[in-house]
Parts: sequence; C-alpha cells; structure tokens
Amino acid sequence: MHNNPILRISTKILFAPIILFGLYVQFHGDFGPGGGFQAGVIVASAFILYSLVFGIEEGKKLFPSNINLILLALGGIIYGGVGFVSMILGDEFLAYNILGSSPKSGQHIGILLVEFGVGLTVSNVMIALFNAFASYDRIKEK
Amino acid sequence: MMDILIKNLPILVVLCPLMTSLLVVLIPNIIFSWGLTTLSTFLTFLFSILLYQEIQIHSYISYAIGKWIPPIGIEYIIDKVAIIPIIIISGISFIATIFAYKIMPEEIEKKSVSKVYSLWLLAVAGLIGLVTTGDAFNLFVFLEISSLASVALVAMGAQKNKQALVAAYNYLIIGAVGATLYVIGVGLLYGITGTLNMADLTNRINDLNNNKALIAGFGFMIIGIMVKAAVFPLHIWLPRAYAYAPSAVSVLLAATATKASLYILARILFSVFENSENLINNTLFFVILPLSIIAMFAGTIMAIYEKDIKRLLAHSSVAQIGYITLAFSIGTKASIAAGFIHMFNHAIIKGGLFIAITSIGFYIKKRVTINNLSGLGRAMPITFFCFVLCSLSLAGLPLTAGFISKLYLIKASISSDGIWIAILILISSALSVVYLWKMIEVLWMREAKKIVINENPKIYLSLIIITFLNIYFGLDASLVVNGSFEAAEKLIGDLK
Repeated sequence: MHNNPILRISTKILFAPIILFGLYVQFHGDFGPGGGFQAGVIVASAFILYSLVFGIEEGKKLFPSNINLILLALGGIIYGGVGFVSMILGDEFLAYNILGSSPKSGQHIGILLVEFGVGLTVSNVMIALFNAFASYDRIKEK
Repeated sequence: MMDILIKNLPILVVLCPLMTSLLVVLIPNIIFSWGLTTLSTFLTFLFSILLYQEIQIHSYISYAIGKWIPPIGIEYIIDKVAIIPIIIISGISFIATIFAYKIMPEEIEKKSVSKVYSLWLLAVAGLIGLVTTGDAFNLFVFLEISSLASVALVAMGAQKNKQALVAAYNYLIIGAVGATLYVIGVGLLYGITGTLNMADLTNRINDLNNNKALIAGFGFMIIGIMVKAAVFPLHIWLPRAYAYAPSAVSVLLAATATKASLYILARILFSVFENSENLINNTLFFVILPLSIIAMFAGTIMAIYEKDIKRLLAHSSVAQIGYITLAFSIGTKASIAAGFIHMFNHAIIKGGLFIAITSIGFYIKKRVTINNLSGLGRAMPITFFCFVLCSLSLAGLPLTAGFISKLYLIKASISSDGIWIAILILISSALSVVYLWKMIEVLWMREAKKIVINENPKIYLSLIIITFLNIYFGLDASLVVNGSFEAAEKLIGDLK
C-alpha cells in the first residue's frame, strides 16, 4: 500500500493525533470514561496503521520487537509494583490509600499508575499479536 | 519486615510466580532464566510452608485485595482445606523446575526457552490462584490464566512432534467450553443472589432451596469444573495433552494441573452449596459416584492397551482422578479426607513416574514406547529403581504413599456401608498392576540392548527427591493424614 500517496500522506498526518488521543483517553481514565485498555488499543492502532501502510518490516524498524517485548512485560511489572509498594508501606496488596498524603490523593496516584501499566501492556500485546500474525507467512518461507 | 511478609502471604503465593513470569521473559540466557524460575518456585514453596504454619495458628485467613472489604471486594481465603493443594502445587512445581534444567533446552529451541519458563510460572500462578481465591468470578479468571498458559506450554511440544498442536487445540477448545460453562453457572447464581463472594453465596442460597436457576447454575458450575478436572467422560483432552507436551511440561501438568480443579470441585460441593443437601446428595450419588467408578476402570483398561508410555500414564491419571472423585462422592468425613490424601499422594506418584519416563526418553533420544524400553532397566539402574518404587506406590503396596491412600479410601468406603465400592477399588488397583508390570517386565526382563548410558545427576536428583517423598509418606503419613482429616472436618463440619 506504500505506493498510494493518499494513504501514505494521511497515515503520516494521522499518526501523531492518534497517539495523542490515546494519551488523552489514558489520563482521562481516572475522572471519566476511558482508561488503560481503551487507550492501549488506540495507541497500538497507530503503530498497526503504520505497519499496514508501509509494510511489516518498516513497522518493525519504527518499533523493534525486543522493545515491544520489554514494554509488554514492564506494564505488568508496573501494575504489580504499585501493589508491592502499598504492601511494603504496610497495607494490603493494591491498597491505594496509603500511597498519597490523603486517601483521595492516594487513590488518584494508585489508579493512575496502575492504568498506565495496563495501557502499556495492552498496547504492546496488540502490536505483538499483529506482528505475530502478519509475519507468519514470512517465517514459513524461510 | 517479617510481619509484612506474614500478613501478605495469601497473595504472595500467587504474586511471586506471576510477577517473576514477567521478568523471566526478558532474560534471553537459558541458565539465568532457569535460575530465576527455580528461585521463584522455591520462594513460592517457602511462602506456602510459612502459610501452613500460620494456618496451624489461625486456622482461617481472609485477605482483602486493595483493602476493599468482602463481599464487595475480592477476597482470598486460606484455610486448612486450601493449604493442601497450595503445598502440592508449589512443591511439585519446584521439583519439576529442577528437573527441567537439562530437559528443557533439549526439546525447545534456544530463543523460546525463557518464554516457556515464563508460561510455566504463569501456569503455576494460575493454579495457586484458583485455590486461594474466595471469589467465584476471580476463580474464572485464574481458570483462564492457568489453562491458557498450559495450552501454550503443550503447544511448545510441536517443535518435536506436530501432534502437540492437535493436543493443544483440543485442550484449548474443550477447556474453553468448560470455562464457559462455569461462567454461565456463576452468572445464573449472580442473577439470583447478587453476589460473587463464595462465603456470601453460601449464606444467600440458604433460603432458595428449590429455585430452578440455582439448580441450573450449580449444574453448569460443576460440569465446567469437571471438564477442567478431567473427570470421566470429560477427560478427552488429557491423554493427548500430557503425552505430546514437552517432557518437563508433562511432569508439571500431570502432577499439578487437575489437583486445583479437584479442590474447587470439593469446595463447590461441600462448602458453597453446603445448605442444599438434597441437591448435593443427588449429585454425588447419581452423577459423581457412577462416573468415578467408570473412570477407575476405563482409565486402567485403556492404560493396559496403550503402547506409548506417556499416554499410558495419562490414562492412568484418569483412573486416579476417578479414585479422588469417588472418595468425594461417598461424602463422609473419612472419605473426603481419603480424597485429599490421595490428591497429595497421586501428585508425588505421578510426578515421579513422569520424571522417570521422560528421563528415559532423554537418554534414548526417542519417543518412549513399550518396544523402545527393552532391557533399559539394566542400563540405567538409578532411574529404573526409582521408577519401580513409584510404580509400587501407584499400585498401592505397603510402605509406599500409595498404600496409605488406598488404605484410607477402602476404610472410608467400608465404614459407610459401601463394601462393594471397596471391592471395586481393589479390583481396579489389581488391574493397574497389569500395566505397571508390563513396563517393568520390558525394562528389566527383556534382553538388554548394548548401549551405555551415563545417568546424569542433574536429571535424577529430582527423581530421587520425589521417590524419597513416596517412601517417606508411606512410612510416616501422619502429616498428610492429619492435614486431610482437618480439611475434611472444615469442609463438612461435624455433621456426618
């Protein structure tokens, strides 16, 4: 599809706004509709669009597989890490209240970090799934 | 620091493997990823031992995730019943991880080894989570975690034998249907009671005795769990999955995978629905009892005619699961205790047998079938010796762990006027000697091929540990027996 100028140009224009929208949904999550799952999918869709238009190889150059794997695991570690911090501070696993000066700010910090971890993992799982299915034939030819 | 550790033990047994599985995937080096996996399973085992000590003091620990008070939040419950499967799963997974050191890189290509270990830990976390959680929906989540991880693990066997893909696909579809049935049941119960917390559920279904939705929900839940526990005739996924998974994985799955589901079966029958006595008694007598008896014989007979040794052991697992569910279905305190005793003993017996057979497969570099075994017993005395001891334990000879479980099972069935059940158990045990003898005869009596095998201590170390456990718990079973009786008492109270 990379020969089609309309697709190419519009992908380049859309790429940044998609990610920006993803970040909006991500950080809006603790006040209103949104959150890590939705934002993760939106952010991943920008990278998937890029791979669709410019080809899977170019997509992997933009976002290498090993970084993908690291971020994928990192998201889960952030989630668990928040739980561990509240455990070490002397409360139950994932009890956010103790994270801030007041229960309210504690809940705020907790949910923000946890949703960030979720977003990171979801977006990277989406990209990893897309790459896995898209490169299937190539593996077979080799 | 120690009090924080003690306070958080119920979640740590799940979190430790879950979190390290995320770290392991980042380590490309085979040795280091194995080391971290071993460390993690060891810590999990240590935590479960600490938890066991805590349980002796408090006898009931409830842990509210995120400090959301149950029944609103998710609650983890550890009591004298749950601690048995937790110790089984964490202990056996530790032994299986030690065993995996040499075997795993042999069967899996280098770049995916760390991913396999990651899945391995994920499966362990899922199985322990199944046991600890006190929330019916959270249980479904762990059911999915453990079975998806196990499916992927089974599929990794495809690098050696393409049959593994078929096995994994079967496991995936049948397992998914089972999980769906379970969640339909949970949905129905949630519809009529408005709660997902198991303890709360027990209280709220108290005055709904003949509600049709309650009965339907119960049926769906039980069938779903029976698929996961591989109760006959819902065991179809099991033989293939165990036979074609990578060797180390079949050790892990064979020893642990069905135990957690069997525990949930007991918990749903005797704890969640304890107030619907009619329903439970009918289910036990008309569904679980006949199926268990058929399983005992069908599994054993299929094992007798099987040529592929891993499949043979898998069929024998179906029969052994039959013993456990049979013990549950009699429904007295002594019989439920016998079920838990056999749950523990079967884990160490089948773990030992699978380790022995996969080590033989490792040495001869071929798929282990009856014909490939001729005379190998003389070439590998240590492996063979441990294999014979574990076989004797499976058959239930005195001084082995298997004897203890058969003894209590038969005692329990006789004391509840089920002499015919005791006779059937004896016949089925006698039949199991047939397939065990078939293997031992080929290993020892046939003419030896002229091959020299240097047994590797890294491989037989775990085999020796598990064989020692078989003998130790045959000589001094007080730990297991007392624990199981306390568990049974907790489950059904002093009523019966």
